[in-house]
Amino acid sequence: MKKVPVQFTLNGEDKAEFVESGATLLKALREKIGDTSVKAGCQQGTCGSCAVIVDGELRLSCLTLAERCDGAAIETTGGLAHGEVLHPLQRAFNEGFATQCGFCTPGMIMAAKALLDGNPQPSREDVVEAISGNICRCTGYEPIIQAILAAARANSLSAA
Amino acid sequence: MELRKEYFADERKDDLKEIGQPRLRSDALGHVTGTTTFFADRNLPGLLHLKMVRSPHHHARIRAIDLSEAGRHPGVVRILTADDVPHNVYTILTLIQVGPEDETVLATDKVRWKGEAIVAILADSERAAHEAAERVKVDYEVLPAVLSIDEALAPGAPIVNEYHGQNYYRYDSGESRKVRFGDVEAGFAGADHILEQTYGSGPIEHAPTETTGCIVVPEGSGRYTCYTNTQAMFFTLDNTSIILQMDGAKLHMVGGTVGGGFGGKVDVIVEPIAILGAKLTGRPVSFIYSREEEMQISSPRAAEKLVIKDGVMRDGRIVARYVKAYIDAGAYSRHSPYGAQKSAAHFPGPYTVPNVWVDSHCVYTNRTPSSAMRGFGVTIGDFALEVQMDKLARLVGMDPLEFRFVNAYRDGDMKAHRQPTEGAALIECMQEAARASNWPVSEKYLQMSSARREG
Amino acid sequence: MGLGLKTFPTLAAAGEALAASATARYLGGGTLVVRSANEGDVRFDTYVTASEQALTDITVADGRATIGAGVTMARIVREPALGFLAPVAKAVGGAAIRNMATVGGNLFAPVPYGDFAVALLALDANLDIDGQPVAASTFLAGRDTTHARALVRSVSFALPVDGTFKFAKASRIRPKGVSVVTIAAVVEERAGTISSARIAYGCMADRPIRAPAVEMALVGKARTAEGIAAALAVATEGTTPPTDAIASAWYRSEVLPVHLKRLLLSA
Repeated sequence: MKKVPVQFTLNGEDKAEFVESGATLLKALREKIGDTSVKAGCQQGTCGSCAVIVDGELRLSCLTLAERCDGAAIETTGGLAHGEVLHPLQRAFNEGFATQCGFCTPGMIMAAKALLDGNPQPSREDVVEAISGNICRCTGYEPIIQAILAAARANSLSAA
Repeated sequence: MELRKEYFADERKDDLKEIGQPRLRSDALGHVTGTTTFFADRNLPGLLHLKMVRSPHHHARIRAIDLSEAGRHPGVVRILTADDVPHNVYTILTLIQVGPEDETVLATDKVRWKGEAIVAILADSERAAHEAAERVKVDYEVLPAVLSIDEALAPGAPIVNEYHGQNYYRYDSGESRKVRFGDVEAGFAGADHILEQTYGSGPIEHAPTETTGCIVVPEGSGRYTCYTNTQAMFFTLDNTSIILQMDGAKLHMVGGTVGGGFGGKVDVIVEPIAILGAKLTGRPVSFIYSREEEMQISSPRAAEKLVIKDGVMRDGRIVARYVKAYIDAGAYSRHSPYGAQKSAAHFPGPYTVPNVWVDSHCVYTNRTPSSAMRGFGVTIGDFALEVQMDKLARLVGMDPLEFRFVNAYRDGDMKAHRQPTEGAALIECMQEAARASNWPVSEKYLQMSSARREG
Repeated sequence: MGLGLKTFPTLAAAGEALAASATARYLGGGTLVVRSANEGDVRFDTYVTASEQALTDITVADGRATIGAGVTMARIVREPALGFLAPVAKAVGGAAIRNMATVGGNLFAPVPYGDFAVALLALDANLDIDGQPVAASTFLAGRDTTHARALVRSVSFALPVDGTFKFAKASRIRPKGVSVVTIAAVVEERAGTISSARIAYGCMADRPIRAPAVEMALVGKARTAEGIAAALAVATEGTTPPTDAIASAWYRSEVLPVHLKRLLLSA
């Protein structure tokens, strides 16, 4: 199998790897770089568990080829906290019981972050729309919606 | 959160320290930081990928399997067939004396459902395993299939599973699990109205976000470490030990974090064959269902058919309840003989009925084997019962909630299974439900208590 | 044999590579073809893609819009000049899918997907294939035969008169899900009667189709409950809806006239 060099930043850190041509970003992150916060739920683009942010846009790493991310800035939930200090979304998910089995959580937080990065004060409808590509089979979504709205409120308080 | 402490106030000391207090989940910090380790979150050098060749037919005889081309395919390390499995015919509940063994780990002469495992490919990459799987040639003689409970029980239906000899499970009580209480025919004879209805449900897939799977590592000590997302660790350990004829001490099962289960991960399907692969190749093996496999191959909740016949008086009292329940096990038993037994145990529901007759059947069809799912054997029965309760209420011209107050079981009532009712709380739950939803209920029902009957 | 990716500077060069290899597939946004590879489709071993600028251009001028085949659904949503198409693009997938899924890919999306293609059909769009204009209806009819390996550079269509384009997608979950039925319509009115109508369905056949019987029955009628009654009576004519995990053929046929009525009578 042909290997190709790929270089990008992951949560602000430079990464350079040889990946198999045609390999997905999901596989590259999990198996080459070791960021297993990115989850393989369906690998067909329906569940959102593998969602990451590439150059500011939410993407599904299972359907994105790693070599097409050369030079990109990639964000994952694995790099969201600053040491012990949680991102407001992480804090809100933790305190608001927005996780149960936890498998959808990293992708859900990425979808929420992509929303809040562009729309710091979303309506409930905005939140529902933003996570409509992410499947959670445990919570029934309500705690997740509330956690994202709580994180948005916390952001506006800290900005004030 | 609101606690309604006025109910059962005399039965409880009000010194609870945890109940009613918000507490963080112990595992949530790992979840929100993406550091929780799920079984697949490990990279192992030399990992082999296992892909299953599956039956495209609902029911077929296997005439021949040709592995020659697949075996030569680049990247293929080993192909497993039924001959490699030490104890190939098993049944999960043998651990609680449910038999006979009726399911093959890898098919031999027959496949009984579309998706049944036949041959396991072990290859260096997923791609190579997929390519080799395409090159396995299986010669089938397609057989007529039964795809519903009614077809399976029709006279002259093809036999789905020869280990049973007929298309239903034979209990020590006969062709069904039975409940007999009072005289149901006398009850019907004395009833003001009789209502018989048939209810049905289709299979339901749990669809956990994390698919079923395991990763097995052969250790230098001769043990096999199996990282698995099973919900049934000891069923898995014991059944794997039986299937592989391997001392349980050699099997180190590591579980704990499950990315959604809902009962869908209690069967013992991926671990035995993955451990066998690791044993025969000496390399770590990963066997993880694709999403398609999770939806089509993993066992769903059983389809059910329920016939409920009730005798009811004008004042709302149910005087006789007759239930015929049929649970579609699919092609193999898995947990369904137990599910059908639970179904029998659940009727007539949380109501006191003096005359009860229940037959609950576990039926075999050429469908995907069904198994556990959140209250299996009970949930669909409750759906049917509560729809029936609404219809009965309408029939006698009562409010559906008040109709349930009339029939609710209370402490001391003899249940159909001849266990006196203890700790009932249905009356109080309905009182609170009426209050919370502003559903008007006569004062006499609000004065009722589960602890004692009026007068 | 693993997979590989080949990137070409022009669509023409990518087309040559595709023509030269039966085991090569064109890679747009990846939501169809990478999905196939992930699911174990071993019929192809090479992704071919092109970086040509025209693939991601949007031009709106002189009453006509031209959209590069590589333009994503998210770009459509953000494009002010294509505001009438924003609800269509928003109906496709979640946020991540919309950042990846392309206009060109949607033309190839198998049922029950392909909502954007339904809109293109109602807009009577032309596709640029090898520099030649091909009607969307012609392309869709030959999607798995003559045009199975066609490379679409762009789609273009006349901008509909304000308020004449209508779109509805019925799903079984909120806020959105996979389509039960999708309907797009361009209905023009003059002096209180319908002067022209183009109606397209998704999920009422194995690909997006027009509804000529409905179109004919609408022309000359008022856009009122009475006026459209004859059109609704022939709503399912010529349809062969699929049965899948989302809905049965029977259910699709039952709900189509309901959604068509609501759509036609909407403001």
